[in-house]
Amino acid sequence: MSESIAKRFQDKLDHGVWPYLSVLVHIGLGTALVYIYPRSNLAFLVLISSLFSLYAFKTDRRFQLVAGALLALLIIPVIGVRNIFYLEVIFQISVFAALALGLNIVVGFAGLLDLGYVAFYAVGAYLWAFFGSQQYYVLPFAPGSQPSGLPFLLPGDAFYLFLFIAIIVAALTGILLGLPVLRLRGDYLAIVTLGFGEVIRVLANNLDKPLNITNGPQGITPIQRPTMPEWAVDSFNGLFGPLIGHPVSPADMYNLLFYLLALLVIMVIIRVTRRLDDSKIGRAWTAIREDETAAIAMGIPLVRMKLAAFAVGASFAGVMGVLLAASRTFISPESFSFMQSIGVLSMVILGGTGSIPGVILGAAVVTILNLQVLQGFSLYLSELRQSEAIIPLINFAWKDLSTQLDPAKYQRLLFGLILILMMIFRPKGLIPAQRRRRRLVADPTANK
Amino acid sequence: MALLETINVVKSFGGLTAINRVNFELEPGKIVSIIGPNGAGKTTLFNTLTGIYQPDQGQINFNGRSLLGLRPDQIAACGISRTFQNIRLFGEMSVIENILVGMHVHLRQSPVDILLRLPFFKREETDSEHNALALLHYVGLDGVGDELAKNLPYGAQRRLEIARALAAEPKLLLLDEPAAGMNPQETEEMTSLFRHIRDEKGITILLIEHDMRVVMNISEHICVMDYGEKIAEGTPAEIRADARVIEAYLGRGAVAGQHEEQLQ
Repeated sequence: MSESIAKRFQDKLDHGVWPYLSVLVHIGLGTALVYIYPRSNLAFLVLISSLFSLYAFKTDRRFQLVAGALLALLIIPVIGVRNIFYLEVIFQISVFAALALGLNIVVGFAGLLDLGYVAFYAVGAYLWAFFGSQQYYVLPFAPGSQPSGLPFLLPGDAFYLFLFIAIIVAALTGILLGLPVLRLRGDYLAIVTLGFGEVIRVLANNLDKPLNITNGPQGITPIQRPTMPEWAVDSFNGLFGPLIGHPVSPADMYNLLFYLLALLVIMVIIRVTRRLDDSKIGRAWTAIREDETAAIAMGIPLVRMKLAAFAVGASFAGVMGVLLAASRTFISPESFSFMQSIGVLSMVILGGTGSIPGVILGAAVVTILNLQVLQGFSLYLSELRQSEAIIPLINFAWKDLSTQLDPAKYQRLLFGLILILMMIFRPKGLIPAQRRRRRLVADPTANK
Repeated sequence: MALLETINVVKSFGGLTAINRVNFELEPGKIVSIIGPNGAGKTTLFNTLTGIYQPDQGQINFNGRSLLGLRPDQIAACGISRTFQNIRLFGEMSVIENILVGMHVHLRQSPVDILLRLPFFKREETDSEHNALALLHYVGLDGVGDELAKNLPYGAQRRLEIARALAAEPKLLLLDEPAAGMNPQETEEMTSLFRHIRDEKGITILLIEHDMRVVMNISEHICVMDYGEKIAEGTPAEIRADARVIEAYLGRGAVAGQHEEQLQ
């Protein structure tokens, strides 16, 4: 009985105006909450999750586009400028979503386990870090000993060009890695890619002599950003100033710019991934993943297709690397550790290997968990610890709570637990991959 | 001229010679069977023909061209398509997609066509989808195009594997135990499907099979292998009467017994 009510409820949500209404209510509620409580994590979660109700509810494509654009181009910029931390979270989600989508091509589509994926991200980041900073003129100096007042090699606007150059350079690096490991399968491949990831990090760490290319562990800074035109700041202030309540500084405008750029890159990446997946190339990748021997017997050139997977996956990471270098204006080898590769891999697995919406959701969940939920919880606990509050019944004073129990310290533990639970209860991820259903036309020869 | 010929092909693994000096010619348009006891080297021969193994010695010529040194995908592109003894479909892909993968070597879409969704790409995709549906109908699998291949029943999987092989529009089709695990009726249907493929599409068929009803019923020529060597060759009638074949299958005593019976 209760099941049929649930089902009827579900049916209702899928038909007529209900899905539209639900999405609008969700977006509206989220917007209002964030607008009223600009510091609340919970309010932000309500808003950001509305993106997924927009995806999940069965609504018209045009409605989705309009609502998505409204959310991405109006609501998020306005509330993001009011609390720049939100914009930062969304930027990080986009960066990791792009990385996860790239790794998804290698691991999810082609089935090649890559444990050193973050290397390509490093290649992109260091590419712009070198050409977009004074590093070229620092080459002969040991880290820290360069004279001040060195010029920049390229103007900041070359950044846009380097977004494209990074695609090519990262793709070539992907091919470079791919060539020696093509004969390997499974665990062997994983070990070699792991090694490659470490090689890139160690190179970044040590290429400060004989020529100081990467400035060693100190990293490269300052890295230039593209110029921010005066009129952009002015017109944004003119348009949204009243809504935001205070004039927006150029620094905040940069956050906005990088958010919009990341959004643009993500859109392009999703498009490219979709189109590749649904073509000869994507089918070849999936065939290789499913059965290499059968794939090659069907005439699929294994070498070329695996290299293509490595190259495409790497290029996504390369672009995001450039974006990261410019937005942070600082890059050091620390950002490209093995744990980062594992983090991206777990986003892919958590979200659903091979599933485009899945890995984006995976990236969002993991990033929010890391940046907001766990940190928020950690903050809350430390507040409790400083208070006089006592847990009733067991008479436990919060201030006696060991600092070892700080959630920031067992982030990875919680994360591991979540992954284990996922693998037991939803092994195919939050949104499992689905093959495209074709509108199969009736066969003309089958007129029985 | 022979469509396929092997000259003195040898393939060994460590101390085991899996194929020993096999000479063999395949006329175009024929249905030919390879039979032999388990471990006789039949599947190894298939793997050598399709490039999964490189022969240690000897020559393999297909359609006037040497296959030595070619990769399996290049050999597939030359026009040899195969099925596997233990079905090897792409389980997580839909039935239609399995067939589309079979068409891989004929699809001309370039990365630019794909990324920009140019009209050529769309046309090629629609055309190949139509062809795939026609192939599904041809092997008797209507209406399952959207199913995942792994969800099909066993017999349907065998048929799908044949459809996938046909999608490559081969000149030569290698079938590795296509009737294994099938009941008599399914076997009957399979046999007639093979005849159709040869008669209507003009594809030469080379099959490995243990089911003697199938072999004797369909083959125009039979090649018998034992311990990696070709021990006999001929029409079904000749093979049935060949003493070495009976010996290979049933042991020396059987032949002796037969002789005694004949003497009596």
